[in-house]
Amino acid sequence: MKLLSLVISLTLGFLLLLATADLPDWGDPQSPASIHVSNYYIENSVEQTSVPNFVTSVLADYRGYDTMFETIVIFCAGITVLTILRRSHRQKKKEVRPRPAREGKDLILISAARIIAPMMQIFALYVVAHGHHSPGGGFQGGVILGSSFILLALAYDLETILKRLKERSVIIMSGIGVAIYMGIGMICLFLGGNFLDYSAWSSVLGVSAVEARSHGMLGVEIGVAVTVMYIMFSLYADLSSGGEMDEGL
Amino acid sequence: MTWDASLLWQFDFLILLMVIICAVAALTFKDLITSAVVFGAYSFLMCLLWTEMLAVDVAFTEAAVGAGVSTVFFLGTALHIKRRAKD
Repeated sequence: MKLLSLVISLTLGFLLLLATADLPDWGDPQSPASIHVSNYYIENSVEQTSVPNFVTSVLADYRGYDTMFETIVIFCAGITVLTILRRSHRQKKKEVRPRPAREGKDLILISAARIIAPMMQIFALYVVAHGHHSPGGGFQGGVILGSSFILLALAYDLETILKRLKERSVIIMSGIGVAIYMGIGMICLFLGGNFLDYSAWSSVLGVSAVEARSHGMLGVEIGVAVTVMYIMFSLYADLSSGGEMDEGL
Repeated sequence: MTWDASLLWQFDFLILLMVIICAVAALTFKDLITSAVVFGAYSFLMCLLWTEMLAVDVAFTEAAVGAGVSTVFFLGTALHIKRRAKD
């Protein structure tokens, strides 16, 4: 059986390597993607959206529909893990692996986490807000925000953090993040534009259509960041405590 | 900005070599926690590769999600299941 899987994976690997030879070279200006698609965004992105980072403008504006469903995928993943793993203390089964009780708290770990966590959060907000001009955006910022709470949960224990970041609020807020994204898109419809066409916001915000697209992207990124942050924390809380939400790692 | 990738082929080669070593090692280790940590190292090396190819946004995501959070998820899960893999 092992031999068979080795042969299969070697054959597949060899075929994939053969296929790679036909792909255009890295950074080849004559490759199909560079000829047809990229040029449009490189030439028009700043003019149409006033966002210098093309990646952000493609992700949140030109391909905003995709990003919306990516956010929903993350939301669904978090909710699914919650649904499968979460169980209350009443249904507690016996532990798979008896773990030693946590003896006191590590002073060095807590002191370090207390200094690092606020910096992570400020940096995450910067990543979200500055996604227009530099690499970053909602996903990365949300993950960093979520991991700052994971760091605190590792240094203290999960219960302490769950007192601050209640389980119920985690579920509600992750839904609100998706709602912010879809809401910004829906309001475009009522303002007379297409779905997720942020230039319709210009009359409400009192700015030009180009500026409105830039602001719309920021709003959308904030929605993504909220969802990702809460889902990341809820994933950690569920996985590390086996769905019991008691002490974590 | 001008960029000549050929200047850095040794760097590239080293990272690619280590990526392969980490990928094989993550599969070979019997201890799931060791595997998870090695897989985190794999993600970080991929992040270096993305940066070297100037795909900074992707590298950022890889560093935050791949090397950061998902390693913690793997560790958290590995502590709750049987720690040693059968094969």
